Amino acid sequence: MTEPVLGRTGSLARPSGDGGTNLADMLERVLDTGIVIAGDIQINLLDIELLTIRLRLVVASVDKAKEMGIDWWERDASLSSRAATGQDRDRDLSEENRLLRERVAELEAAPSANGDGIRHAVAPETAAVVRHD
Amino acid sequence: MTEHPRVSYAYAVTRGLDPADVPAVGGVAGTGVHRVAEDDLAVVVSTVPEGDFDEAALRSRLNSMDSLERLARAHHEVIDAVAVRSVVLPLRLATVYRNDDRVRSLLREERERFGAALDRVDGHAEWGVKVYADPDATPSPGVRVSGGPTGSAGAGGGAAGSGSGRDYLRRRREERHSRDEIWRNAAELAARADAELAALADEVRVHRPQNRQLSGAPGENVLNAAYLVPVERTTDFTAVARGLAGSLPGTRLELTGPWAPYSFTVPARAAETLEAGR
Repeated sequence: MTEPVLGRTGSLARPSGDGGTNLADMLERVLDTGIVIAGDIQINLLDIELLTIRLRLVVASVDKAKEMGIDWWERDASLSSRAATGQDRDRDLSEENRLLRERVAELEAAPSANGDGIRHAVAPETAAVVRHD
Repeated sequence: MTEHPRVSYAYAVTRGLDPADVPAVGGVAGTGVHRVAEDDLAVVVSTVPEGDFDEAALRSRLNSMDSLERLARAHHEVIDAVAVRSVVLPLRLATVYRNDDRVRSLLREERERFGAALDRVDGHAEWGVKVYADPDATPSPGVRVSGGPTGSAGAGGGAAGSGSGRDYLRRRREERHSRDEIWRNAAELAARADAELAALADEVRVHRPQNRQLSGAPGENVLNAAYLVPVERTTDFTAVARGLAGSLPGTRLELTGPWAPYSFTVPARAAETLEAGR
């Protein structure tokens, strides 16, 4: 179902990952999109964040991107406004946020896997983990 | 043999899915899927062992990369199979109900919201477009930015790695220059892609750039967008994407799809407002 990757030359190559669908594309969709409804069995999505926050560290040089005028992920309402929804539950969210921020700081402080002076940054929404949808 | 408690794992809301058309896929527990209907709406559901899908079990499965991937792929496979048969609203991973009756009452409670969302995405598919700044894919003329595992110096190179200090400084300058050019190209391609593709889409949603370690894709992801494209514009959309893909050195454009409309279950930015917002 995934289209061949379109390289600059137009040459066709299969996308990475098995099963024909790139893992990152798929996780992005099943974890971050889709209708959220309250099931009978409640999963605290913040627990999932502990894993995925690591996966979501934006490896792109965010400062460089902004310099070039690429900051759409910050301006996009669907990315930045989620924090405003559903403030009616999770009383101890602030505590969990505090723990997550600490964890983020730890991860940010960790040595770069690229070793190329590339700055690791956390996507704005991820840094302020207040989603509890 | 004692009966183990079972719960209902929900994948997606559909409309007009014929009971005979329920896909023969295993689902998240390998137990197959069925349809829980209420009027014209239905939820595609698997009956699964409660012990594998209660809160503790799910938490542990979602926090292990391997089992998260297995669960996610199974979830996606069902949605994908349903999406080729009828209009579909994917549900977030790990939506679990006590039983099918609870799913039915969900359909009653939310029928208006689901109906409106199904109307929006009916006759559309989601396409993903990612733009990368990728020096290694297409070196700009004369200068190769990154040595890479091959260490090939390219056309303008000479004996890379064994030069004098002055050569080194010159090489660094060229690298920086080339890197800037690649970023400029990537920004331009992203802007063009967003403008030209949005013109063919009804809605656009921009996702965060992807983590290279997770995607395995070379280069830096600078645009990661999803487009809700009417089925009749599919050919135009993919043709424009293909045209853009070959347009600028040091960049790569990746097109994925068609996807079930995962990114558009809630209204996203309307495509027309895109230009105004820039």
